[in-house]
Formats: sequence, structure tokens, C-alpha cells
Amino acid sequence: MTTVFDASTACTDTAAKPGRDVLKQRGQHEVFCGLTSIMWLHRKMQDAFFLIVGSRTCAHLMQSAAGVMIFAEPRFATAIIDERDLAGMADMNDELDKVVTRLLARRPEIKLLVLVGSCPSEVIKLDLPRAASRLNGEHSPQCRVMAYSGSGIETTFTQGEDNFLAALVPEMPAEAADAPVSLVVVGALGDVVEDQMMRVFDGLGVGPVRFLPSRSSTTLPPIGPNTRFILAQPWVGACAQALERRGAKRISAPFPLGEEGSTAWYRAIADSFGVPEAKFDAITAPGRERARRAVARYKPVLEGKSVFLFPDSQLEPSLARFLSREMDTSIIEIGTPYLNRDVVGPELAMMPDTVRVSEGQDVERQIDRVHTDNPDLIICGMGLGNPFEAEGRSTKWSIEFVFTPLQGYEQAGDLAELIARPLMRRELLKVGS
Amino acid sequence: MELTVWTYEGPPHVGAMRVANSMRDVHFVLHAPQGDTYADLLFTMIERNKKRPPVTYTTFQARDLSGDTAEIFKTAARDAVARFKPQALLVGASCTAELIQDDPGGLAKTLGLNVPVVPLEMPSYQKKENWGAAETFYRLVRAFAGGAGKPETAPEQASCNILGPTSLGFRNRDDIVEVVRLVESLGVRVNTVAPLGASPADLARIPQAHFNIVLYPEIADTSARWLKRQFGQEMVTTIPIGVGATRDFVAEVAKVAGVEVPQELLESGAERLSWYSASIDSNYLTGKRVFVFGDATHAISAARIASEELGFKVCGLGTYSREFARDVREAAAKYGVEPLISDNHLDVEDAIIAAQPELVLGTQMERHAAKRLRLPCAVISSPVHVQDFPARYSPQMGHEGANVIFDSWVHPLMMGLEEHLLQMFRGDFEFHDDAGSSHLSHGGPAAGHQPDARDEQAAVAAETPAPDVAAATSTAANDDQPSWTSDAERELRKIPFFVRGKARRNTETYATENGLNPITIETLYDAKAHFGR
Ligand code: SF4
Ligand code: SF4
Repeated sequence: MTTVFDASTACTDTAAKPGRDVLKQRGQHEVFCGLTSIMWLHRKMQDAFFLIVGSRTCAHLMQSAAGVMIFAEPRFATAIIDERDLAGMADMNDELDKVVTRLLARRPEIKLLVLVGSCPSEVIKLDLPRAASRLNGEHSPQCRVMAYSGSGIETTFTQGEDNFLAALVPEMPAEAADAPVSLVVVGALGDVVEDQMMRVFDGLGVGPVRFLPSRSSTTLPPIGPNTRFILAQPWVGACAQALERRGAKRISAPFPLGEEGSTAWYRAIADSFGVPEAKFDAITAPGRERARRAVARYKPVLEGKSVFLFPDSQLEPSLARFLSREMDTSIIEIGTPYLNRDVVGPELAMMPDTVRVSEGQDVERQIDRVHTDNPDLIICGMGLGNPFEAEGRSTKWSIEFVFTPLQGYEQAGDLAELIARPLMRRELLKVGS
Repeated sequence: MELTVWTYEGPPHVGAMRVANSMRDVHFVLHAPQGDTYADLLFTMIERNKKRPPVTYTTFQARDLSGDTAEIFKTAARDAVARFKPQALLVGASCTAELIQDDPGGLAKTLGLNVPVVPLEMPSYQKKENWGAAETFYRLVRAFAGGAGKPETAPEQASCNILGPTSLGFRNRDDIVEVVRLVESLGVRVNTVAPLGASPADLARIPQAHFNIVLYPEIADTSARWLKRQFGQEMVTTIPIGVGATRDFVAEVAKVAGVEVPQELLESGAERLSWYSASIDSNYLTGKRVFVFGDATHAISAARIASEELGFKVCGLGTYSREFARDVREAAAKYGVEPLISDNHLDVEDAIIAAQPELVLGTQMERHAAKRLRLPCAVISSPVHVQDFPARYSPQMGHEGANVIFDSWVHPLMMGLEEHLLQMFRGDFEFHDDAGSSHLSHGGPAAGHQPDARDEQAAVAAETPAPDVAAATSTAANDDQPSWTSDAERELRKIPFFVRGKARRNTETYATENGLNPITIETLYDAKAHFGR
């Protein structure tokens, strides 16, 4: 699992243990659509604006999921399609142009305007990539315009980020043929995590290192055959393929959650860059030790507990691996909206065969399984949490895992605490359901 | 195509969900993509319901579009009926399913389900949440009350239905208790409350009552009008929010029910608003400028209370409920303000800035605007937020509602003597601009964010003040504005922050109108004399 994968030789399924059955039931999904990724993307890339072309539902989703809570005017909005557009009384492309012109006049600091496709725009076959290139002709270089789809008929939750990053790949500058070997870390991370990782990379002598998404649209990492990349989030599979198509080589590893995951992740990079073992140990030892200590504090809470994970962000296999190997919990089910074996294979390979893996969802039957299995902790989305709590079960809302910096050594304890908190809380409360 | 950042209302199918979730034994099968399941969290997180809403989404995907999304719908409907065994099945489409034209109503008919099916047409590209709720309630009422026919003999005791309270409605949970108490104290029997807490069988009993109380016209008006036509049930339309309106409501109910108002209700010792408002401590409330915005029902009621019961001056009144724009226009005329009919929160914010209020009464959206503008604010209307479902009993209607309103509108303001002390002792080191009022731990102008559960979701979003709002406020002050001499600027600083903005604007207006530039201490006091307080 520490090999550099080359697009031509990358195998699809070797990393997953052969013979692991994946439960697939078709029924109601209870997951967000890809639009929801905008909640962190618009904060990460600070000169980008995300314009959803969709319906009142899309606008309401963003508002309900992000909360009316954001004090600043956010860098996203919805162009709501109305009946005039649908009846052909208004030319939709003209309408879109008008909206964009107004928006850019109001927000002149925007350097990248991202048109985000939704279910309605897809169903009526509104060609947003084409609209983007038309608008780009008009507004670049002051503001570049691009498009991707975050629609719920094509994407769940974090796949929205994947589509965005994959759409950015063609925009990335070509790396000079004689450029030194560089590393790109793919998948949005908290700024604090990026800074910590940079310190480790500096210590290891790995560099230059760049992050995708970058903090600004004008500093996209250059890409070419001398670029190696590693995924920091499991949901960026389509972006990985796009990078490979541009000649970059993927470093495969488990994800940097927990001490073990972080070490495996750094080690894959170190091996790829030929860092001597002694140096690797010297640089990572303090972090590993701190992570182990931080995690140990919560182990008594989680040890021996059974955990059931509902599908949400695709982080589920990595979380389960951390819980199972570092916290000694027993995992009953790993639900995931989409199982990219190529990406999470190394994670699944570390898990016992008894763990049930389910892909996609029939939420009613999954809830039935919870009632049968009676887990000590349920990791699930916001629509399901309180109803489970009302039944006297402990839940952890999964959306926090994508909104909280959890990667790397210094956050391993935070990750453990986040998961242990509902159980500690239930201990504290002498009243309640 | 319309550019939107935040919306006051969701799509119409969310209104339908609210009605379904209000009722017992109703299930809603919604043809919709997976992302639309976000709406569940409105109920489980914001309203903190202990159960998931009774909604099954078909969650069709792109790959189903070429094949058979209709089959997916049929399977979902069949499974939902088998699993939840409802007394009635609502079927409908969200915005995306509307485009693929599968006709849920027609499909459901072919299934031969053993429950009544009520098909909904929710034109998502045209209508909004409240309309969707009203339409859904109306369809249900027609379906279940329609066949009953007018009851033959009226029962001895006068009886009524209370129509309109709905899941996710602003304080509806507690308002019902107040209104039922009021109505029963008149000796009137409550036949049904709907949709909140009603079953389809309860809807079938609606025609048995003598009259209907329309508690929330945004949702119940369509049904109540139909019931009037169909069964001759009178409509009581006064909304009992505030002392005066509660009195009017009692009088209207008594008249329609043909009963006398009992003496103790007339004396109405139950509410404290009128006494508190008359007490000397409330003197300082006189003429406070208040900006009101919300749904039509709550906005109109709030304006009346502000003006007639607290002695405020209404300096702005508006609504996002276009269906009831006429009522709001009439009310605005009464207070001599331009009505604001808009569902664009940026327009509302601009109107707030222009009106220079000292208190904002609005929705969560206005609360955020007010926070940015450092204005005290109380929330009076949907759209709701987790804070609008307080743990304590907290109605808006009836006597207790008036008490709650007095507290929640007056507490964000400075208290009377405190305001004077701040005026007198500007030099006191504790009276710096960032010190809030002493009785509020969190409500001070520069006080941080009050955390609650939903914050954690918003943690990504750093809370920086909106640059354009700041710009808007200061450009208002910059464009062709006279400049201030440093003496005048210093004198202005001696005015407490909560009236300083007003003093600055008044002075600048005065200076501009009189061609005075720069502004001196003289100008400042001339303007003060000119404008009064
Ligand atoms: S938690 Fe913060 S953002 Fe949410 S309502 Fe309260 S103050 Fe506003
Ligand atoms: S699922 Fe589709 S229609 Fe619903 S919010 Fe997401 S993109 Fe919009």
C-alpha cells in the first residue's frame, strides 16, 4: 500500500480483501446532494463564488444545511429557475448572463465564478459548461468562469467537491518537463491541518508540496509527469483520475485519520520520495507519540463498544478503521454512499471480514438493522440523529467529520473525543430519554 | 431566473411536508432526488421532533431517468403504505420530479392501494412553502370533510375548529394552548384543531362545528373559505396576538358563537403587558422607532402592539407573504409608512438601514441583519430557527402571549435609568462602546455570537462582518456628505453608541439640507433642536 500507482498499472480491486460481500439495497437514500460541499468549498477557496443554477429547493437546501447562521454574505448563491424560463418565455442563457453580470458587479473581488449544476438544470439539459465558456469569454481575465455538477441525481454530498476539483484539473498549469518531483495533496483540509502537514513535509525534506483546492483560484498547483499526488479525503476519486490523465502519479495510502492512518499516509509519501527510514522515524516520532497519548484518553470510553455507521461522506471506511484498530470498538456496519474500492481498499483491507459493508441505501431497512443490532453508538446524519436519541440510543452526527479538522497527528485526539462525546454525555446526564 | 442568497420560504413541497408532519396517520410519498431529504432535518433538528417526518422520498438518480422513474415511484408508494399503514397517503413531486412529469397522482391510482390517496400539484417554479402548506391542507380537508354533508342538528353547545397551526409554525405549539383556553372560557367547545395534531378522521369531523377560527391565514384561509361556502361555517379572522387583538378576538368569537363574554375575561387580569407598559419604568419606550417585517399575520399584529400597546413608533412595515400583501399595505397606511413587500432579504436590510430603527422586529434573517447593524432585535415570525422552539412555554397569542411579547421585545433594549446614566456619565470606564446593557449577558452590541447546536455546522463559515453591509452603511454617510470638524466629531463620540448613529445621520441630513459644511458643534446641536430626540 505504499506503492506509487501509475494510471496504466493501477488495479481496481486488489487492495480490498477478496470475497468481502457488499450489501446493496435499493430504497430511499437519506443523504445530502453534492451542492452541500459548497458549504466548505466557498470558505476554502477565498476568491471563488459558487452560483448554483437550480430551484428554490436547492436554495433552501443550502440555507437549511448551512443554517441562516452565516453572518457574512456567503460566497454562494442560487440562480432560481422560474416558470418563465421553463415556458421558454425567457431565454435561459440570457437570463443567466444577466444574473452573472449583476453578481459580478456586486462582488468585483471574485476571481473565479463557478456555475454549479443541479437536478433541474440537468434534467432540462441546460448546458452549463458551454454557458461557462461563453461567460468566460466575456469576463476573463478579471474573472474566470467554470462549471461542474453538484446535482442530487448524480452526486451525494462530498462528491460535489470531487466534481469541482476534477473540473479544476484542466485549469491547472502544466508543470515544466524538467521540474523537480512535486507533491499535491488532494481534498479540502482545514488550514491548520495544511500548516501542520507542511511542517512534517519540510522535516522530511519532501517538496515542493501544494494543496488542491488551493486557498486561491490563482494559485492552482502546476501538474505534469513529475507530479505525484496523494488523496487526503476519500471522496476525490474522479479528481484523481483527471490528475492521472494529466500524467501525475498517485500515491496510494490509508487516510490520515488517527495515529496509524496518519503514519501510513506520511510513510507512503516518504517512501515515494525516498526518505530514509531513520529520518522518517525521527520526524514523525513526536507526533506519533502525542497522537497515541491524546487518543488513549478516550479509549476507555469507546473500547468494546459497538458502532453502526450510516452513509454520509465516504469517510465511513476510514473512520471505522480508526475506531476498530485504535479504539478497539467493534464495527457492525459501515454504510457508505459510494464505495470506491480503488480509493478505500487499503482501509477495508485492515478491517476484519465480519464487518458488514453496505453501499447505497434503503434507509428504512437500515434503520431496521439498527433495531436488530442495537449498537452502542450510531454515526448518522442530521435527519436521523434525534429520532434515534429519542429511542434512547447514542448518536454522533456525521456532518461534523467533514467540518472539523481531524486529519494528522495533532487532531487524532480531537477525532477520538468527537466520537466519544455522545457516550460521555449520556454518562453525565442523569435525566433524559 | 432570480438571484437568491437566503429565502424566507422553501419550495411548496416543504409546505406539504409541514402539513403531513403536523398530522397523525398521514404519510407523504414525494417523488424527489436524494438531496431533497435535507428537509427532514427541519423537523428533527430545528423543531427537535422525536420522530422522522412521515415522508418517503423516491430518491431517483440520473441513471433512472432513461429507465423507469415511474416504477421507482410505485415501489416507494407500495412499500410506504405497507410499512407505515397510514389512514391517508399524500403523493406529490418536488421541483425535479415535476420536470420529468411522472404524475404521482395518476400512478398511485393504478396501484389499487387500500388507503385514500390525496394527490398534490405543487408548482415548484411558481409557488412557495406557505402556498404549498395551504394547498395541501385544503386538499386534505376537501378529501375528508367533503363527503360528510352539513350536520343535521347543531349540538347544544357552540363549537368551533381551530385551523392553521402547523409543524414548524412560529410558536404554534404554545399558541394552541392559549387559544383553546380562551375559547373554552367562553363556553365554546373546541371540535378539532388542525392540521397540528389532527388525523384524517378528525378532518372528517370539521363540518360538525359551528364555526372556524382561522389562526394562521397563510395556511388555513383557503380551507376556511371553502368550508364556509360548503357548510356555511363562519370564519373568525381576528388574530389574538396582543392585548387589543385578544380582546377583539374574544368579542368576535362571542358574537359568532352567540355567547356572553364572562366578567372575569372582560377584566382580563391575566395579561400584564398593559400594566407594565403603563408603569413609569416604561416611559423610556415612548416613540422608539421600530421596524417590523415577517409573515403577514405576525407583522400586522406586531405593528399594532408596537404602536398601540407599547407606544413605539412604527418606522417600517413589510412582509414576504405576497399572498397577503394587501392586508399589509392597509396596515402600513395606518402607520404612515411605505409597505415593503419583498422576499429579497437584501432589500429588507436596505430598508432597515434607511428607516433608522431603534428596534427591529423580524425573522431570523432580520435578526442577523440587525446584529450586523448593531441594532436590538426580537424575532416575531417564521422562517424559524432552533431558537424559535424554546423549551419554556412561550406563546405569542392570548394573554400569556402578550406577556411573552412584552418581555421579549423590551429586554433587548436598554433599561430606562440605565439609558439615562449612560447619557450622563460617558466618561465612566465601564460605559465604553462595547459594554452591553448590564442585564444582558449576551445581547450587547459587540457581544459575541450566542452559540447553539447549529453553530457546529456553521463552524466552517468564519464570521466576518459582511463587507458590503459595512460599505452600505458608510457610503450612506460618505456620498456628498459634509465633513465633520474634529471638535464636532469628539462631541458626537460623547453620545452613547446606541443613539450615535441616529445623531450622526440626523446631523448630516440637517447640514446637507441647510448647505452647512463642515459640521461643527453648533451644527450638531442645531440638528438636535431641529429633530428633537
Ligand atoms: S448560533 Fe450563532 S449563528 Fe446561529 S443563531 Fe445563534 S447566534 Fe446566530
Ligand atoms: S437534490 Fe437536486 S433539486 Fe434537490 S437540492 Fe440537490 S441539486 Fe437541488
